Amino acid sequence: MEILILFLPLIASIISGFFGRYIGDRNSEIFTSALVSISALLSINVLYHVIVNQYEENIIIATWINSGSLNVNWSMLIDPLSAVMLVVVTSVSSLVHIYSIGYMSQDPHKPRFMAYLSLFTFAMLMLVTSDNFIQLFFGWEGVGLCSYFLIGFWFKKESANAAAIKAFIVNRIGDFGFALGIFLIFYLFGTVNYSEVFQQIPTIIDKDLSFLSFEVKAIDLICLLLFIGAMGKSAQILLHTWLPDAMEGPTPVSALIHAATMVTAGVFLVVRCSPIYEYSPLILNLITIIGMTTAFFAATVALVQTDIKKIIAYSTCSQLGYMFFAAGVGAYNVAMFHLFTHAFFKALLFLGSGSVIHAFKDEQNINNMGGVWKKLPYTYALMIIGTLALTGFPFLSGFYSKDAIIEFAYLRGNTTGYYAAGIGIITAFLTSIYSWRLIFKTFHGDYNNKEIKIEETHESPIVMLIPLFVLSIGAVFAGFLFKGLFIGHGDNFFWAESIKFLEPLSTEHPPTWFLLLTPCLVLLSIPIAYYFFVKNKDLPKTIASTNRPLYNFLVNKWYFDELYEILFIKSSKKFGLFLWKFCDGTIIDGFGPDGISSFIKKCSLKASKLQSGFIYQYAFIMLLGFSALLTFLIVK
Amino acid sequence: MNFPILTSLILLPTIGALFLFFTKDREGNNLTAKYVALFTSVVNFLISIYLWILFDQSTSIFQFIEDRTWIEGFINYKVGVDGISILFIILTTFITPLCIISVNNSIKNRLRDFLIAILIMESFMIGVFCALDLVVFYLFFEAGLIPMFLIIGIWGGTRRVYSAFKFFLYTLLGSVLMLVAIISIYWITGTTDVVRLYEIGIDVKYQNLLWLAFFSSFAVKTPMWPVHTWLPDAHVEAPTAGSVLLAAILLKMAGYGFIRFSLGLFPIASELFTPLIYALSVIAIIFTSFIALMQEDMKKLIAYSSVAHMGFVTLGIFTLQQQGIEGSIIQMISHGLVSAALFLTVGVVYDRMHSRLISTYGGLVSIIPKYSILFMVFALASLGLPGTSGFIGEFLILMGAFKDNFLVAVIASLGVILGAAYMLWLYKRVVFGKIINEDLKKIVDLNRSEYFILSCLAAPILFFGFYPDPLINTIEVSVTDLINMHSTNLAKK
Repeated sequence: MEILILFLPLIASIISGFFGRYIGDRNSEIFTSALVSISALLSINVLYHVIVNQYEENIIIATWINSGSLNVNWSMLIDPLSAVMLVVVTSVSSLVHIYSIGYMSQDPHKPRFMAYLSLFTFAMLMLVTSDNFIQLFFGWEGVGLCSYFLIGFWFKKESANAAAIKAFIVNRIGDFGFALGIFLIFYLFGTVNYSEVFQQIPTIIDKDLSFLSFEVKAIDLICLLLFIGAMGKSAQILLHTWLPDAMEGPTPVSALIHAATMVTAGVFLVVRCSPIYEYSPLILNLITIIGMTTAFFAATVALVQTDIKKIIAYSTCSQLGYMFFAAGVGAYNVAMFHLFTHAFFKALLFLGSGSVIHAFKDEQNINNMGGVWKKLPYTYALMIIGTLALTGFPFLSGFYSKDAIIEFAYLRGNTTGYYAAGIGIITAFLTSIYSWRLIFKTFHGDYNNKEIKIEETHESPIVMLIPLFVLSIGAVFAGFLFKGLFIGHGDNFFWAESIKFLEPLSTEHPPTWFLLLTPCLVLLSIPIAYYFFVKNKDLPKTIASTNRPLYNFLVNKWYFDELYEILFIKSSKKFGLFLWKFCDGTIIDGFGPDGISSFIKKCSLKASKLQSGFIYQYAFIMLLGFSALLTFLIVK
Repeated sequence: MNFPILTSLILLPTIGALFLFFTKDREGNNLTAKYVALFTSVVNFLISIYLWILFDQSTSIFQFIEDRTWIEGFINYKVGVDGISILFIILTTFITPLCIISVNNSIKNRLRDFLIAILIMESFMIGVFCALDLVVFYLFFEAGLIPMFLIIGIWGGTRRVYSAFKFFLYTLLGSVLMLVAIISIYWITGTTDVVRLYEIGIDVKYQNLLWLAFFSSFAVKTPMWPVHTWLPDAHVEAPTAGSVLLAAILLKMAGYGFIRFSLGLFPIASELFTPLIYALSVIAIIFTSFIALMQEDMKKLIAYSSVAHMGFVTLGIFTLQQQGIEGSIIQMISHGLVSAALFLTVGVVYDRMHSRLISTYGGLVSIIPKYSILFMVFALASLGLPGTSGFIGEFLILMGAFKDNFLVAVIASLGVILGAAYMLWLYKRVVFGKIINEDLKKIVDLNRSEYFILSCLAAPILFFGFYPDPLINTIEVSVTDLINMHSTNLAKK
């Protein structure tokens, strides 16, 4: 039965992809949505069993690669960690499938779109249920591929194609690190299966490796390499540039792949490998630093963006940063908790923004919106719920998970921990500001769109609103309901063996003022945002114009794209051209075949000049030679 | 003695070619000739599959051995297969019929002669992969050049003569040294029988020179950097079927030679020269990937990517790890399928538009969707996506390399990023985007035979990506024994 969870989406994808033309658009939509929904129900059932009966199993489906000592199976590992991921992936995926029926109703390639979505779901499930690193890698690249397909779904748009390739290549850079991590694991342990690797970790703690005459601790190197992979997939700073561009894809894709599931794979990887990371405090600190830098960086950029989806994309980037710094301070379960709640409210926000874009007929610039909250009452209400949950408004889901992250960072008790907690609070405040900016600019104030009359904007069809509604339930209650289970302490620890802590997490509480700080800032931010973006709209402009360099810096996303363009893209092209024209052309061919043949040609031309055809010349030469020989013999 | 199955595999295509030789050549689409050639090659393919079924995977001893005296006391005609060679034989017999089907549109004149060349080449290739005598190997190895030279020279593009000569000069130069080496081996040991040579070994003091002589021949054929520049030219000028044979099979002869002869006969020299191979392989992977990135001609791009992929192969062979060598063999099989498929996909649009330039195309997906899907599969296999055979090969090679040398594995892994870059960029420029060239709107999607050929190639690429066991099981024992033999030889020193 568990295997069905994996294969129903695959079957859906194959049927819709290959036979979509025959069974029709509507049937493929219904078929894929139904199969993925069944898969979601089965997953919920599995999670229930895991919670109640401590059910765990490792199902071997088939062998995959058996080469020497390398044995890799197609497998399905069910433990608390993968069960939670199963539910997140399949439930968000099924809602997105249903939502797409409405959102893509005007698109001519519906079966193809549904097939990609289902295929993505399959790949993501392969990723989370793997019992070894190579199947994980399979899923890892598989989701990357589907993401590539879906970002470039509107293949006529040049920008969509460019974004798709960018996403794939940047992810490949991460995968490069990840693959090296797997090689290193295989080199050290002779196996790539989680359980065997994790067992052997304590034996190599003190092992050093030398690389280019550097001495590195083996465990640090493994953790670093795996983390590079995680950075690529989860869009952490330096490898984040693909995520905002990925918004070129249809909005349901952004909700599923670039908010709820794929981008959290990096966090999942770190949590899954907690038995390794626990032994590497150095890299854990690095993760904290990268995580909080990303959280802060992305929040600052989100403050000034005008594209509704890009704002939410940077927000995702920022929230992923939170998850990483939770993992970095050793609170893996809190990271998972935030991953879980984030999936709901971020998917809700994305789908909600899709509903807005739909209403404005593909307008995405928030400066061209405004004042439509009465026209889109349901979307408006649901977006508000999503925003409240994201900003951590008391008693909604984000409140429990995000505040827990900040608390645990504080409780870590070292410099990085305090620093991270501080940045976490500032970022929470920024998050709140940019989220409310989005809401106010989109729904309040004056109507600013010149192309469509306000009367033409309309609420989305019911098929799009139902998934939003279901997600909003999650966004409201997921935190409250699952808090005890995910991050509570007690006798039967939910995560069991799937997350490892060397030392148990601190059970103390931070001081009360600290606990109250974030919620207060969050509450305070609403009137501030209202004042800035509705009441006194000139103020942000004035601030922007008086701080022009800072504003440009933020609008241009800290100039990462421009930097990479110069550093990598242009120089690669120049290097390629140089190697081709100069090395291959001038040097190798010039001194090689072309050079030799022209040299021989020259020689033979010279030689042919000797053969003039005049007897007296030949006779003269013969005479010369003869006398030279004679002289030589006589002198000798 | 049993039925000489290997000899019949070698001879059958030649018999078919002889038969064709006596038919009358007609102008235009000579169907009779095509059917004869197709029939011969399909029968040959079936025989080779039968051979695979009969083949005993549990031993590394050569099987189906035939041993006949050719020149008394000097050369024996000796053939046989083990786990390593049998896969290459099947690859050859699998690709050839597909090539014959594909000549539909591309070859306009002297179709009969073209088919004869292909069939004779098939004979020689199979001969290379089952020869167990150095002289026999050499003869087949070199004879394979001649039909290829003719295919490029007669049916090639505008610069065909230049390319054909470049190809011929490069490869011949290397082979002359190999011939000298083979003669010296005979003088040193008194035999050219490979199985005997494995047993008695070759004196250490001769190994280095002999290794270099063999290397010079194999390096050119692989092709390794810096003797690779003949390949892009040859590919660009060759007709589609010629490119397919060249990329899919001819290039594999050298990889096979490295495993069979360089490792098997000269273990100590191989150990000594491993750094050289590593350096050249890594340079090939990185440099040619960068070059591929900048190509404007589709065939040239794929040719350069072939050099990079073969760089992985040579790297894997000399890691002398189980994963490395098995990865190399799988990579060769996979590259045989993938590069064949890519050249055929380029051939499909070339037949319609008569241009290989990337800039001619764009937006194909909305005109010829079936084609675009299959092209995608091959592009993904080429960049080594998990779930395709390309991944298994590359991943195993890098895994093996990592065990042996960190630095090399790290640099070579960078090639995986570059591979994704040039392949996806190519795909994007050809298939996605808006249709700029109005002429494109008139072209039609794959016809039945093209669809059939490309699906035949896509199926094993995907199948072995998910389930490579049939391949790995076939080679496992032979590779293990090769490594064991190598390490005992090293220990003896």
